[in-house]
Amino acid sequence: MSHPFLALTESDKEEMLRTIGVSSIDELFRDLPARVRLGRELDLEPPLSEQELSAHMAELASRNVDTTRELSFLGAGIYDHYVPAVVDTVLQRGEFLTAYTPYQPEMSQGVLQSIFEYQTAICELTGMDVSNASGYDGTTVTADACYIAKHATGRTKIVVTEATSPQVRQVVKTYAPGFGLDVVEVPHRGGTTDVDSLAAASKDAAAVIFQQPNFFGCLEPAPDLAAVANEAEALSIAHVDPLSLGVLEAPGRYGCAIALGEGQAAGNVMAYGGPHYGFLAARQDFIRRMPGRIVGETVDIEGKRGYVLTLQTREQHIRREKATSNITTNQTLLALGGLVYLSWLGPQGLREVGEACLSLAEHAKRRLQERGFELVFDKPTFKEFAVRVGRNAREVVRDARARGVHPGYALGRDYEGMDDVLLVAVTEKRTAAEIDRLADVLAEVAR
Amino acid sequence: MKLLFEKSQAGRRASVIPRPDVPPAEIPEELRRDEPPRLPEMTEFEVIRHFTELSTRNFGVDTGFYPLGSCTMKYNPRINERLVTLPGFAQVHPLQEEDGAQGALELEWRLQEILEEVTGLDAVSLQPAAGSQGELTGLMLVRAYFADRGESEQRRKVVIPDTAHGTNPASVTMAGFELTHVQTDPRGNIDVEDLRAKVDEQTAALMLTNPSTLGLFDENIEEIEGIFHGAGALMYYDGANLNAVCGISRPGDMGFDIVHINLHKTFSQPHGGGGPGGGPIAVRAMLEPFLPTPTVVRRDDGTFGLDHDRPKSIGKVRGFTGPFGVFVRSYAYMRMYGPRLREMSEAAVLNANYVLARLKGAYDLPFDRLCMHEFVLSARSLKRDHGATATDVAKRLMDYGFHPPTIYFPLIVPEALMIEPTETETKETLDAFCDAMLAIAREAAEDVSVLEGAPHHRPVRRLDEVRAAKHPVVKYEFEAAKTAQEV
Repeated sequence: MSHPFLALTESDKEEMLRTIGVSSIDELFRDLPARVRLGRELDLEPPLSEQELSAHMAELASRNVDTTRELSFLGAGIYDHYVPAVVDTVLQRGEFLTAYTPYQPEMSQGVLQSIFEYQTAICELTGMDVSNASGYDGTTVTADACYIAKHATGRTKIVVTEATSPQVRQVVKTYAPGFGLDVVEVPHRGGTTDVDSLAAASKDAAAVIFQQPNFFGCLEPAPDLAAVANEAEALSIAHVDPLSLGVLEAPGRYGCAIALGEGQAAGNVMAYGGPHYGFLAARQDFIRRMPGRIVGETVDIEGKRGYVLTLQTREQHIRREKATSNITTNQTLLALGGLVYLSWLGPQGLREVGEACLSLAEHAKRRLQERGFELVFDKPTFKEFAVRVGRNAREVVRDARARGVHPGYALGRDYEGMDDVLLVAVTEKRTAAEIDRLADVLAEVAR
Repeated sequence: MKLLFEKSQAGRRASVIPRPDVPPAEIPEELRRDEPPRLPEMTEFEVIRHFTELSTRNFGVDTGFYPLGSCTMKYNPRINERLVTLPGFAQVHPLQEEDGAQGALELEWRLQEILEEVTGLDAVSLQPAAGSQGELTGLMLVRAYFADRGESEQRRKVVIPDTAHGTNPASVTMAGFELTHVQTDPRGNIDVEDLRAKVDEQTAALMLTNPSTLGLFDENIEEIEGIFHGAGALMYYDGANLNAVCGISRPGDMGFDIVHINLHKTFSQPHGGGGPGGGPIAVRAMLEPFLPTPTVVRRDDGTFGLDHDRPKSIGKVRGFTGPFGVFVRSYAYMRMYGPRLREMSEAAVLNANYVLARLKGAYDLPFDRLCMHEFVLSARSLKRDHGATATDVAKRLMDYGFHPPTIYFPLIVPEALMIEPTETETKETLDAFCDAMLAIAREAAEDVSVLEGAPHHRPVRRLDEVRAAKHPVVKYEFEAAKTAQEV
């Protein structure tokens, strides 16, 4: 019986078995002890044709509520930004989609050059000297940076602000025991990090991690936080939103050692959480401590410019237990999506997207305040802000969704004493009319 | 070919950002960016031209045969690429309330069920982002398990064979364990005597790929299980080579307690030029309480949800529930096979043995056995007799239109050529590849310079990797380029 993904005919099989010198396919498995063989058919549903599969998957997809069916102000780390058609077109090129890690550079100049360009774009965004080819997401690159900090400083304390994404903190805490690191969290004061409290916690720290804009959407006094870390001779690590970097200062310009973050906002669809890419860039000092792939420029035997995976003695396949990370498969295709998106945007487009988010979010704040809602923090924000909704925010979310609007993230899920607080995200995809609808619905369901 | 940044011309752009009909707002001056990043300035058409040209300088499975050992470069069905673009998958926020994500949660739950059946284990976490993160997560589970039993101080050692992927030892260090190496015996199995001497009450776990990176199924697997479980240690299965045994033999039945599955290998998530991947882990029931949070569960009323209340969990290893788009593709792929996954593995093993049978006269075969889904040859004799290395063979294969195999791995085989054809290739393709490999062996004997000068027909000739590492240039240097132009 044929299968669309299997190529051998019965006569192929017979001829091949003859060449091998065995009489049956079963004989190929003669090294397997009888006790470890399954000896029955896998208990799975029968195979589906492509047509049947399409129908089944469409049915599953129909039971998710996506942003084409519900007006969404949900953010908290993953954002509903516009992804242009050029991204899909490039990522569907089979030569990119179906290649693997460019171990053989002469076969892989397309991927290698695009990663080199990606590294350049990330360095330009962040003001850093060196970027890797991508990490899994914004959480795992932060854990990677802690490993850099441990080895660069020989210290064992990681300081992270409480206004940093809860998921980022959770992942750092999961990795920390294996790395031999302790994690200390510094509370926020009025929505941003207090410089003096951070300074007190940062003594003998390997790294100081903060997020800009922070999880509440507030703008941290980032240059001051970086200065605190540098003063303590800890690595200053900024977790940043790539789409903010057309309007917000680059971490490299205010002295950070490492800039990293979740790349999704720049060129990836939300896709219920992935796959996306994490970016990680650093000052030149850390180039030999970077985790994962890095592409470098070189020449071929005729002197022609080309690109190769480089500094591989950092990596697991060479250095094994002494590697700077265990990462192998990364998120190249998603990072390529990021590069295509940034090329489409250009510097002017990046600035305009940032300005649109900023202006729309400010407008949303005003509209909600006009309806009597109180902002939780009196701090400047970028595209997200926290607002009190007068009763349990999870119930407000439920009731607003019943009216076709997802009004945001209930912060009480992560922070004590914030049960009545919503975190509202406003991207460039939202309009003034949609913001009015949010205000109307919230006024209806809150209180 | 020029870089994006060399094509950029001030004043061009591809994007039009709608200007919102609200008053403009500003960032406080002390935090504002004044100097814009030097992103490329080009039209949309130039963007398309640039990346299309780059793609023509790249080789994927769609381009041709890609027998990169240990990577399982099989066909990636196009229906999967259509399915992931359904708005109900692509445009769903990961923090959407459970009642707005029932389809996604059901898909994840069903995928877990399938992976449990395929691995022969009891519970699955889909969260790890790739195989190496699955390994690290598995080792964190080992630590949590022994900590729970009060044995974490005592059990510090993880045993790894000398054929292991480099990720295994790297993961061991990152998880805070110590390494114990074990040798390979003359048949390509773990050296059981060496092993027996190294496993004791301080051993936490074994990490094993089976079939191994030599493409050989360990004939002593039952004895190995006895040694580890007898010492109270756990067994970890690196699922990189699961494509060999689906529906034939299950890691759980071999005695393994923890398995990671590379969804981008066995279950056809496209490799994307280096990623994304997916690295779910499957475990025995006793390890379930330690799995990452949240887990995907089916509730008593038949709805699906996320369980965050897991007091013994190791925590989170990645954002949200994992790389969902990867799950969509791999779930779709497995539904198109169902129980016929067995035929997939059988064809992969048949193809590998056929290529092996055709090539073993011309290249050295360090372990002369039937292989599983891949095998390792050596160019040792070619090097000794004619000066042709594994690299030379690999580069020459490019001229014949094939992607080279994995070379110089596993480390215990000199001049290694690790070949994995996968099940999706036709006999005609396999024959063409074998003919090329045999021709290259003849060329080496006749005129080795043909190999040494290879590749001759790629966009670039052989590249100087030493120079790249010695004087790292890892981004475009705008200033240097500008200065050079002015001069």
